[in-house]
Amino acid sequence: MEASAIIFYAIAAFILGAGVLAVTTRKIFRSAIWLLFSLVGIAAMYFWMQVEFIAAVQIIVYVGGIVVLIIFSIFLTQNSGKEMPKTNWRKILFSTLATLFGFGFSYNLINEYSFTPSTQAFNVPIKEIGRQMLSPTDHGYVLPFEVVSMLLLAAMIGCIVIAMKSPEQKAAEASVTETEVHTTGGTVTIISKPEIVEEV
Amino acid sequence: MFSLKSITDSIQVWLSANLGATGALIAQCVIVILLAIALFAVLGLVLVLMERKVAARMQVRLGPNRVGPWGSMQTAADTLKLIVKEGLTPDGADKFLFNLAPYIVMIVAMLLLAPIAYANNFQIWDINIGVLYVTAVSSLGVIGILMAGWASNNNYSLLGAMRSGAQIVSYELSAGLAILTIVVLTGSLQISEIVQSQADGWWIFKGHIPAIIAFIIFIIAVTAETNRAPFDLAEAESELTAGFHTEYSGMKFALFFLAEYINIFIVCAIGATLFLGGWMPLHIGNWQAFNHIMDYIPSSVWFFGKVFFLIFLIMWFRWTFPRLRVDQLLNLEWKYLLPISLFNLLLVTMIAILGWHF
Repeated sequence: MEASAIIFYAIAAFILGAGVLAVTTRKIFRSAIWLLFSLVGIAAMYFWMQVEFIAAVQIIVYVGGIVVLIIFSIFLTQNSGKEMPKTNWRKILFSTLATLFGFGFSYNLINEYSFTPSTQAFNVPIKEIGRQMLSPTDHGYVLPFEVVSMLLLAAMIGCIVIAMKSPEQKAAEASVTETEVHTTGGTVTIISKPEIVEEV
Repeated sequence: MFSLKSITDSIQVWLSANLGATGALIAQCVIVILLAIALFAVLGLVLVLMERKVAARMQVRLGPNRVGPWGSMQTAADTLKLIVKEGLTPDGADKFLFNLAPYIVMIVAMLLLAPIAYANNFQIWDINIGVLYVTAVSSLGVIGILMAGWASNNNYSLLGAMRSGAQIVSYELSAGLAILTIVVLTGSLQISEIVQSQADGWWIFKGHIPAIIAFIIFIIAVTAETNRAPFDLAEAESELTAGFHTEYSGMKFALFFLAEYINIFIVCAIGATLFLGGWMPLHIGNWQAFNHIMDYIPSSVWFFGKVFFLIFLIMWFRWTFPRLRVDQLLNLEWKYLLPISLFNLLLVTMIAILGWHF
């Protein structure tokens, strides 16, 4: 076996192993960490395929963004350190069936329409990706790009509106803060804690 | 210009002649790993000593001066002490994640060494997405900190990790935008091309005032990203004992400590590459004679000189500014730095399109 094939199977085994552990562990924080490893493994697979741009985007979006968000929400919920109850046999049975169906379905698809190996090197310069993204011609992506940016803007404004304090709340909080600071010295941490929550 | 290319090429030729393709690849991997670990160890020792000496100077003290000449062996002795110390794991901790966290932080720091150009033609991996790779991988570092904070089963650690997470996630934005300004000017993400584009002058001089603004924002943002004072809320001693690494001891603590200094080195190396020309000597436009004289100084000396200048700057901050509160920290980022850097990016784009830079 070639070295690259060995590396492929090693990465694939890593992704699958981490994925299985993510759904079987009974501690929710560990589950997030295993998910993280699985996603990093997928980024490694992209690096193995030499599509570096996709790999970097995979890391930025999934690992740096989504998993950090998941970890924060775990931190902010109650009982994150306790073990979750054992899954009952019915859930195990049905999830196994769903997995088997998914496996069979994709196996069937791959069997039907098999991959044709290509000898051409896949080398896309980053500039091409940028041009294609903003090209208004037939196979350009400028419309989806703009639509997605509008969606993200709307989501961002929505977040700010939810996190914003109404004037009454602000006045109430200001009076509370003043009294607390005057009575004790070490309350800065406690006061500033909600700030973290809303800014993230 | 003197180049290490002849040496690296002859090693490559010798290895592939004697070991075959796969063997040469493995041998090269081993060499690179050894060099990276050696750089890690040396940087750790030098930077910690430098920090203590700089701190001492700022406070009109002498600093470490007992072990070796001028205290130069102090950090080596400290490392020896840390190695023989017992690494405790608290009883209530999540043992697996607790022991994994320092290694995650360390591995992330190691991965970031790959695309940096240390000298002329001396780079581990000249990846075509260079600075994007650095931004992507450095966002992994926060996971290790969050893991350490949560697995310690300690409220101080958890609070420190939360603060650190909020801080890193927010300051990544302005650091990224500051990096983007230079990417806009060069039109490339590849580190070697960014360095080459500064052959007739560094970007901080060529890019007018917007480049200087971007440089200042970059330095502020990376100081926050590496959890250094005045943004060291994550480990604020007077409030959180030591933040996310309160429960760590012995070598596991040393790994966190080392990773912090390596991260400072890496962000300063990126800053030096983007704004101060990396290994590129000080060239001024068409002054042939002047440029030629500057080329006599080896490129690695230029690179490390610039990096250590930036490191000194960041250490200077630590002993000059008082620590910010959490709300001030987040206000600074979201209300000042982010709008300024967005506007600055627009300005730089205009300059790049109209060709106003030199």
